[in-house]
Amino acid sequence: MPRTLIELETKLEKLSVLDEAGNLDKELEPEISDDFLKALFRAMLLGRRFDERLLSLQRQGRIGTFPPTTGQEAAQLGAVAALQPEDWMAPSFRETVAEVWRGKSMESIIIHNNGFSEGDDADAKFNNLPVSVPVASQTLHAVGIAWALKYRKMPRVAMTFFGDGATSEGDFHEALNFAGVFQVPVVFVCQNNHWAISVPLARQTRSRTLAQKAAAYGIPGIQVDGNDILAVYSAAREAVQRARDGGGPTLIECVTYRLQMHTTADDPKRYRSDEEVEVWRKRDPIPRFQTYLMDKGIFSEEDVKTLEASIKDEIQQAVDRAEERMKALGAPLTMFDHAYATTPPHLEEQKRYLKTLLSVGGKEAQHG
Amino acid sequence: MAKLNMVQALNLALRQEMEQDDSVIVLGEDVGKDGGVFRVTDGLAEAFGEDRSRDTPLAESGIVGMAVGMAVAGLKPVCEIQFSGFSYHNFHQIENHAARYRMRSQGRYHVPMVLRTPYGGGVRALEHHSESREVYWSHMPGVKMVIPSSPRNARALLVSAIRDPDPVIFYESKALYRAFREEVPEEEETFPIGKSRRIREGDDLTLIAYGAMLRRALEAAERLKEESGIEADVIDLLTLSPLDDTLFVDSVKRTGHAVVIHEAPLSYGPGAEIAARIAEKAFYYLEAPVARVTGYDVVIPLFARENDYIPSVERIVRESRKLLEKI
Repeated sequence: MPRTLIELETKLEKLSVLDEAGNLDKELEPEISDDFLKALFRAMLLGRRFDERLLSLQRQGRIGTFPPTTGQEAAQLGAVAALQPEDWMAPSFRETVAEVWRGKSMESIIIHNNGFSEGDDADAKFNNLPVSVPVASQTLHAVGIAWALKYRKMPRVAMTFFGDGATSEGDFHEALNFAGVFQVPVVFVCQNNHWAISVPLARQTRSRTLAQKAAAYGIPGIQVDGNDILAVYSAAREAVQRARDGGGPTLIECVTYRLQMHTTADDPKRYRSDEEVEVWRKRDPIPRFQTYLMDKGIFSEEDVKTLEASIKDEIQQAVDRAEERMKALGAPLTMFDHAYATTPPHLEEQKRYLKTLLSVGGKEAQHG
Repeated sequence: MAKLNMVQALNLALRQEMEQDDSVIVLGEDVGKDGGVFRVTDGLAEAFGEDRSRDTPLAESGIVGMAVGMAVAGLKPVCEIQFSGFSYHNFHQIENHAARYRMRSQGRYHVPMVLRTPYGGGVRALEHHSESREVYWSHMPGVKMVIPSSPRNARALLVSAIRDPDPVIFYESKALYRAFREEVPEEEETFPIGKSRRIREGDDLTLIAYGAMLRRALEAAERLKEESGIEADVIDLLTLSPLDDTLFVDSVKRTGHAVVIHEAPLSYGPGAEIAARIAEKAFYYLEAPVARVTGYDVVIPLFARENDYIPSVERIVRESRKLLEKI
């Protein structure tokens, strides 16, 4: 028996439309209306400024630990921009920009980041899952949702987000495998931001790309410049359309970079150099998109100034509203809500106990 | 009424629920053509199509994680994990997600799924096929833990579990699957989750058990009566979480003596919670400490020795007599 060669599809597409300087590859330019482009730019800038504001609030002790998004705006927005509101999104925990695009209020995000579950409300118009902290676990939920959509013959898709570290988790591989076997309408969006807390991509996988992992599961994969919103959008639109048309799942690897810390409890100086960060700062997704819009003549310096002012105002209002609302929050008994559809007797009993404690000595009594 | 064993009774529950509700989807390893390794899903794929009794790739976290998504999107998945010894792969999908979506989404999403899985020893199985780890799930806020003890209550409880809006872990004793038959009505029957049942009445002591151990508790009760004239009240818990303590607390108030029986290891086992509830709610009625007749705190031995591990009728009788100082 001779050794023979099995021919495999080994080629992988890599897509880039706008380079670092904002120069456009005209042939690849996606067709997007001026209004939609402006909306995307606004969302990107809002995402950046909101992230900066959250960081400053955190440093002032006005919110708790949170995972910053700076640098990853294009990867998130380009992907969700291809969805309809009634499509499903299963985020991990760093998709704040995508969540805001899909109806989540900044006010709620601030409230959530202060440890109040009241911040976990959502715009009913959008089918968004809440954030999922255990890495890669939500990818399977997207597969299950997609299975349900296919079973019910609904022309909708599910999109899930995760990072480079997630591609080491078993759930990621089970999700890709299940999605491939069942040919369900799901789009896997990997934000390869190069760092899983302190562990670099090279210590995460021996694979040259993350997109190539799709090949092992018999599904299409593509690598895109994740800091190029036009490239991300083009790839996402194609994947979403394929899923909607019954063509099954796609894995999109967005090559991007986490310019900030993993969470505000992390100090990246312990594990990566300033030089590396500087290289990626030059690849910032926002200036290049701005250059593109200006070159296209649909945006001026003046427009950017006006936009910055209106964004600043919008964020300030969200902060004010959140801080006002939080004054009225904190009633401990809500911890028993939503544990079960109907609160079982033992929980009613525990709730009554806490209520008694509160009535005896106010909130302080139980903290001694 | 037909006389069914537990496998047939569970199959009846699945079949009828699938017939009347197309959102009920069975999924797992070998549940399609093969009908499940214990045949609980026998014939479902033929009757309802492969989508409704769905063979999945061999990955427990995948099965349960996918079921969580299906449930969030409005379906009622019933997962079969082939043996509970393999359900630790999917443990985190239950603990981190199935149990929490309702709370995490402020009530917008919920996970009406059932995880069916065989548990317990006594069938001379391989390693990882005989454990009783019900306490893992009973300790978990946000899920319900059910263990039937007979064909009829297995059928009624599975129907209730499928219709329950919260995730239910449903343990099926392998030792009971084909142990005996019982009349099971063809017409719909449910049994409320979170309710225990009195199976036998007596005033001398209270035997508290569930699953396969319920049979042994009943046998022990008969022997206690025949040999010593002791009349035991026997409580079948049926649901471990949320635990219904009303019947056994009332019973202990009458008998003053309680014996808890389970296959699970002793320490931190269900018996610990039950003994604590009795101490909290019936302390002044107790005439003796609560006795626990359980597995030992070791991994259940391979099958040559499993009968020395699993509580026997003999042990239950012995500990009951000791409690009543009639040894």
